Amino acid sequence: MKILLVDDEVELVSAMAERLSFRSVDADWTDNGETALKMAAETDYAVAVLDMKMPKMGGLELQESLAAEHPDMKFIFLSGHGSESDFKAGCAAGCNYLIKPVQIESLMDKIQEALA
Amino acid sequence: MSIFNKIRPQFWETGSNVGPGKSLFNYRRIWRIAIAVLAVVALVPLCVMAVIDYNVTRNSLESESLLRTARTTSNTRRTVAFFLQERQQALDFLAMHQGLEALRDCENLGRVLDSLKSSFGGFVDIGIINDQGLQIAYIGPYDLIGRNYRDQEWFSNTMGQGDYISGVFLGFRDEPHLVIARKIVDEKSGKSFILRATLDTEQFNSILWSLDLPKGGDAFIVDREGVLQTPSRLHGSLLTQVSLAVPGYSEKTSVEQIVDKDGTDLTVGYVYIRGTPFIVMVVKKTRELMSLLQTIRMELMWLMAVSIAIILLVIVWVATYMVNKIYIADQTRAQALHRMEHTNRMASIGRLAAGVAHEINNPLAIINEKAGLINDLFEFKEEYVHDERLLNNIKSIIDSVQRCGKITKRLLSFARHIDIDMDAIKFKELAEEVIDFLRKEAEYRSISITMDIPENLPEFISDRGKLQQIFLNLVNNAFQAMNDGGNLAISATPSDKDSLVFTVRDDGCGIPAEDKKRIFDPFFSTKKRTGGTGLGLSITYGLVQELGGSMSVESEVGVGTEFIITMPLKAPEKA
Repeated sequence: MKILLVDDEVELVSAMAERLSFRSVDADWTDNGETALKMAAETDYAVAVLDMKMPKMGGLELQESLAAEHPDMKFIFLSGHGSESDFKAGCAAGCNYLIKPVQIESLMDKIQEALA
Repeated sequence: MSIFNKIRPQFWETGSNVGPGKSLFNYRRIWRIAIAVLAVVALVPLCVMAVIDYNVTRNSLESESLLRTARTTSNTRRTVAFFLQERQQALDFLAMHQGLEALRDCENLGRVLDSLKSSFGGFVDIGIINDQGLQIAYIGPYDLIGRNYRDQEWFSNTMGQGDYISGVFLGFRDEPHLVIARKIVDEKSGKSFILRATLDTEQFNSILWSLDLPKGGDAFIVDREGVLQTPSRLHGSLLTQVSLAVPGYSEKTSVEQIVDKDGTDLTVGYVYIRGTPFIVMVVKKTRELMSLLQTIRMELMWLMAVSIAIILLVIVWVATYMVNKIYIADQTRAQALHRMEHTNRMASIGRLAAGVAHEINNPLAIINEKAGLINDLFEFKEEYVHDERLLNNIKSIIDSVQRCGKITKRLLSFARHIDIDMDAIKFKELAEEVIDFLRKEAEYRSISITMDIPENLPEFISDRGKLQQIFLNLVNNAFQAMNDGGNLAISATPSDKDSLVFTVRDDGCGIPAEDKKRIFDPFFSTKKRTGGTGLGLSITYGLVQELGGSMSVESEVGVGTEFIITMPLKAPEKA
């Protein structure tokens, strides 16, 4: 079972992947949507953790593309921005919406929740 | 002053320096200009018309009174002239019909006098004088036979002109009378005689006395020297000099307006009677003639005064009404502008806060992840797991990041709700959110905040952003009213099954009773000098109403103020 992390902040997403690996979660990461789509095509990810605001392809857009190809994939949204429309959209797509900075424990909880 | 306070229009106290952009107009100036312009437009034509009307009336009255005087004078002349002419013709008739011989017979003359008296009246005596001036026949109350008139002026006049009418004189009889005489030429002898008759002035006077003259009017006859021939009511007695100037010769009726010796204005109609020494004069007091004008003038003045008063009242009322409307519209406009400005500012602040929070959140997240990673490395690799100092440092980094995160999240949640509409709200959460913003200030000023909100308070549907604003405004207000170390109490209770009652109570300075009814008015502020706009409570009030609630205030100076807000559980349908 693998997890895909997508965030435009490389420092953030790499550290996060490493931390997850300490907690026996196998996580791949990338900093843009296109690579994420390619990676998803090659590997079967159970959960994708997406940043809402990314250059070129945003979290919601990416989620739609991913969901179209991988209907079983679960999504968790991360955002530094608390806009109401994002929050509503995130909720509509599964209500897994976390605002940065995220406690690694709460992320873990969400992942477990999504997998359950 | 107290009456003025009651009727004083709303705009009166507004200076032009209320604040930039708050008032476009100087209302009192508009008011004054409106009244002046309306008054000029309405009153000038009224006054001009009144003056014109008065002049027209005066002119027509004047000409009418002149005409009336002229008519009276001319009628009188005609009557007097006719009276004299009639008697002259009677003598003519006698002379032609009876002949001189018959008339010289005193007995016959007596019969003639009797019939003259009964048919014409006014004759006193009758006599015949020969060309030597000797009275040769006479019938009358006096013994005049043998009197010689040769040297008298009337005798020669009559001999010369053929007939003669004397003025009124007393003569030796000591009774006013006048004489008419006629020359008769005897056909047989060819000698001239004079037929002379005396008339009493009784009938003469009665003609003039019977004239219907207004008060102060007078009609009389004077001779050409101005001696009164008939008694006058006001201008001298019989056979004295009349007190008026004798007018110039005119056989046509003339009317003049003169000023009497004692200063009264007189209207004098006069005419000379041809062939006699008489001048008929009709004198009226101009003031009496024009007395109708006085009445008209008084009526006109009253009408003017009442009209002007009514017009001015209406003008003042209309001007006040209109300017008040302008004032209210202007205030509403300013209020709306200010609210828009306020909303915009709130939205901008919200967006700014959201942006800032976002920008900060990302680096925070990185710090968080990196510190977490270090922590994980230590914990999972177990290399430094016993180094308490390092782990504590990392823990404090993570704690600080968490604190920052909490703050930015709160900011976000506040900013996020600016453009949301209806939401289910737990008042406890909302109150805590609002208080969180001001908690630091409260701590600095050692204001204690107590919240009495029951756990089982039902949720209610409302606009979170607006509610936040309402409570933020009220709490801010309370903070401004309180001294350091005050108490603020927020409580909530369900009032009935459809609404909740919230109260925000402080123990600050309180609101004076005379200000209490005005505190929700826009632009009412006791802190204008220190930059208050007077809009806080008015906006709050507006927001409460928008949400279908109601708001009241209880306050006592020096004790504190309590704002009570009643909110429906369900918000009203948006129109």
